[in-house]
Amino acid sequence: MLLEVKDLRKSFATSEGPLSVLRGVSFELDHGESLALTGESGSGKSTLLHLIAGLDAPDSGQIRVAGQDMAGAGDAARARLRREVVGLVFQQFNLIGSLTVAGNLAFQARLAGRHDPALVDDLAARLGLSGLMTRYPEQLSGGQQQRVAIGRALAVRPVLVLADEPTGNLDEATGDAVLDLLLDGVAQAGAGLVLVTHSPRLAARCARRVHLGSGRLAA
Amino acid sequence: MKPGVALVALLSWWRRTPLQLAMLLLGLALATALWSGVQAINAEARASYARAAQMLGQGDLTRLVDPTGGRISQQVFAELRAAGWAVSPILEGHLRLGDQRFRLIGVDPPSLPPEAGFGEFPTGGAAMLMAMAPPEVLFGAPDTLGQVPPDLEVPLGLELREAPALAPGVLVADIRIARQLLGAPGEISYFLLAPEQPEGRAPLDEAAPRLREAAPEGGAELARLTDSFHLNLTAFGLLAFAVGLFIVHAAIGLAFEQRRSMFRTLRALGLTAGALIALLMAELLVLALVAGVVGVALGYVIAAALMPDVAATLSGLYGATLPGTLALRPEWWLSGMAIALLGTLAAGARGLWRIYRLPLLAPAQPRAWARASERALMAQGAVALALLALAVMLGVWGGGLVAGFAMLAAFLLAAALALPVVLSGALALAARRVRGVMGEWFLADTRQQLPGLSLALMALMLALAANIGVSTMVSSFRLTFTGWLDQRLAAELYVTARSEAEAEDLRAWLAPRADAVLPVWRFDTDVAGEPTTLYGVADHATYRDHWPLLQTLPEAWDAVAAGEAVMINEQLSRRAGLRPGDAVELPGGWRGQVAGVYSDYGNPTGQVMLGIDDFLALYPEVPRREHAVRVAPERAADLARDLQDTFSLPDQNVTDQAEAKAASLRIFERTFAVTGALNLLTLGVATVALLASLVTLSGMRLPQLAPVWAMGLTRARLAQLELARMLMLAALTAIAALPVGLGLAWVLLAVINVDAFGWRLPMHLFPADWLRLGLMALLAAGLAAAWPVRRLARMAPGDLLRVFASER
Repeated sequence: MLLEVKDLRKSFATSEGPLSVLRGVSFELDHGESLALTGESGSGKSTLLHLIAGLDAPDSGQIRVAGQDMAGAGDAARARLRREVVGLVFQQFNLIGSLTVAGNLAFQARLAGRHDPALVDDLAARLGLSGLMTRYPEQLSGGQQQRVAIGRALAVRPVLVLADEPTGNLDEATGDAVLDLLLDGVAQAGAGLVLVTHSPRLAARCARRVHLGSGRLAA
Repeated sequence: MKPGVALVALLSWWRRTPLQLAMLLLGLALATALWSGVQAINAEARASYARAAQMLGQGDLTRLVDPTGGRISQQVFAELRAAGWAVSPILEGHLRLGDQRFRLIGVDPPSLPPEAGFGEFPTGGAAMLMAMAPPEVLFGAPDTLGQVPPDLEVPLGLELREAPALAPGVLVADIRIARQLLGAPGEISYFLLAPEQPEGRAPLDEAAPRLREAAPEGGAELARLTDSFHLNLTAFGLLAFAVGLFIVHAAIGLAFEQRRSMFRTLRALGLTAGALIALLMAELLVLALVAGVVGVALGYVIAAALMPDVAATLSGLYGATLPGTLALRPEWWLSGMAIALLGTLAAGARGLWRIYRLPLLAPAQPRAWARASERALMAQGAVALALLALAVMLGVWGGGLVAGFAMLAAFLLAAALALPVVLSGALALAARRVRGVMGEWFLADTRQQLPGLSLALMALMLALAANIGVSTMVSSFRLTFTGWLDQRLAAELYVTARSEAEAEDLRAWLAPRADAVLPVWRFDTDVAGEPTTLYGVADHATYRDHWPLLQTLPEAWDAVAAGEAVMINEQLSRRAGLRPGDAVELPGGWRGQVAGVYSDYGNPTGQVMLGIDDFLALYPEVPRREHAVRVAPERAADLARDLQDTFSLPDQNVTDQAEAKAASLRIFERTFAVTGALNLLTLGVATVALLASLVTLSGMRLPQLAPVWAMGLTRARLAQLELARMLMLAALTAIAALPVGLGLAWVLLAVINVDAFGWRLPMHLFPADWLRLGLMALLAAGLAAAWPVRRLARMAPGDLLRVFASER
């Protein structure tokens, strides 16, 4: 099993007391499988994604990514898992402004020590970025930036890709094109995908769909 | 839209960023504090000179003096009165009470003209007479009397009485008392001439042929001499203020940038550009007023702390006496507030202009500011080059202190503007050579941060350059001065007799016991239009072997001994344009040539050394009480003791070489204590500038750091890299500051000092000092970065995650 999430709980402190966001979430994801995670605003979709990515720690519960314990790992171990196992795509693109497109594409792979220039070139060609390699993020359109973010996530050869509203900042046509590239790339890499989205139309593109409401998952 | 509503919206932003608000206020307050502190010291010193000038009406009463500088006998007073002259005798000298030296002025109350003001005795004669009865009283300002040790037995059982308006360091007594205290029976230093003189009095050359009229002294001479010192202080104050304004400029610029989208929203909702600017100016005004009040108060504290050192400096260098305390002056408060307001507006002007021109529909681009700054780098480099050219032109064609300081300002500003260009270039160069993803990201990210940090780094560079420049000057001066003292203070003992008769006995007693007894006989006069002290010099190996000559003719000392030539000091040489071989004429009609020029550090006036035979023939009335005694060094202490036992000479009348050198070095060290303190304060302000920028930037940095963290770098590692980045930038800035500091030192030594003091010093290099300062720069950067870095290392993941999504 690629991803195992078991009885995951997470709450946040607020001025009115603790706000329970995840109340015992459990699910599994196999290699090569894609899962769409839908839910209302504030339902905890992004929180769940962040916990799986090891960006935050749960209050309780288990997360195993490629057989490795993510929930119970320390800061350094989680950072290593993020670096080597997970590919992340965010709604805001979150590219590194000081690096060129080429620098951004290769960044995580180089951090993980598995930089493959041929793969980066191949990804750049498939994502339509070959002519933009020396540009900086601020010189790109939103769609171009998100394509760079997808390329960066795939260049590390991840086993799991986590995408948080990857088309949320894009128009419908651009969004569809970007999602095509993401799904295609993930499939070619043989990785699993968890896609957080508001859109039932986009969710329908994934093999499985789950809905998060009141802190729990519903199929 | 109602402006009040918009103002509340604008100000609400500060409520959400209290730290940034605190940094802005701190920067402005520190800038104001250093500027107003320096101004407070200058104002106090000038007020003190003015008070000193009022003493005895020296500002406006003509005096009768002996042109050779000698004392006048009481008999002359009687003759002048008999001839119908309305004059009042004054005796001046120095009195030592405990460890302190005071200027004692003896006056004759019945004859004192009403115009001779004495502070609270401005009406002169009658009031003075009343105040002086009984005569066994010593008057002094409270500060001055406070310096007299409380357990000291005052000579003659005199009563010490406070006279608050007297100049500091001055004691006033009845002339009869003063004569006893100074051991000068029947002697008079000069006469004050009443402005209203009786008709039909005998001409001066009949009544007192040896005397001549001297124009009122005023405080002009002291003010002129100390001008350079105050200009120096002002320049430092200005530098510190400029460094502080860098903080304000950076804080305001960032605050404007961060609120761009808010400005656009307000404009879109109907607020005119003019109204927006007016509101922002009102906001700045409020901030400036708050920071100004804090800054002026802080300035007072700084000035009060520095005042004793400034007083010691002025006393050591120029003999000007200042109180060690500070008065609160309304004009100083007002000027402090005004400079805070003007400084804030100046620092915010560029930002306001950019907001005025802000396109309403342009998308909000947080990076636009950084990109614009990068584009501005080229223009900045061009301005830096133009300023450098201006500095060179001022150096080649300018003259005088003001041109010297203008050159310095242009040079420093050019260097500061060039710094971001140089740093950016250095980082780009390094990026080409570095291998490894972290190195590449580190350098690229550092380069991207430069626009936000450049003002703080410029402030740091100015502070470091000032430190290098001034410490190089001071250390060069110290090295030269110490060597010069060894040459100049060659005699083993310096002895001063209390009277002419005692001096004669001393010479006779010393003759068989010492290797040589050399005269130190002198008087003040004008030579070539410059105030000069004229010395008589014996033909002795002490001078031939040791005197620190800068330029000389062959056989110069032979020519001096033969009465054909004189030696002059560097100050007179530069000011009067006299070189070896030039003709010179002295008072009394002596004509000859300049045989050599000697260095004479620490002395503001000119000097001439004339062969002793000609000196005595020309000026027979000059007091002959001071002597330099040559004796085998191991016998000096015994001889001094025997001398004191035999003649009952007070300690201060016999000084050995070591004591004289120690005193000179003590004065030297205190002279530069203020500069050292200001240097340190400027570095402190630069550290605050860095801290302010880093704190402000740390919030803006998260979108750049969070993705790197998400891709597998721990917060601790990111924090280490942030610290390393600041240390690297500080190190690069320190390296860039080195040539600037050395350039500054060269200007100070070769231009400013020559204009201000009349002497030029050789420049020495002190690499150990540079290393120490480099470490201080790293420490400053480390301290400034410590808090933002610690915050990053301990930042909750939730704060970093906000960068990626707004929902949970």
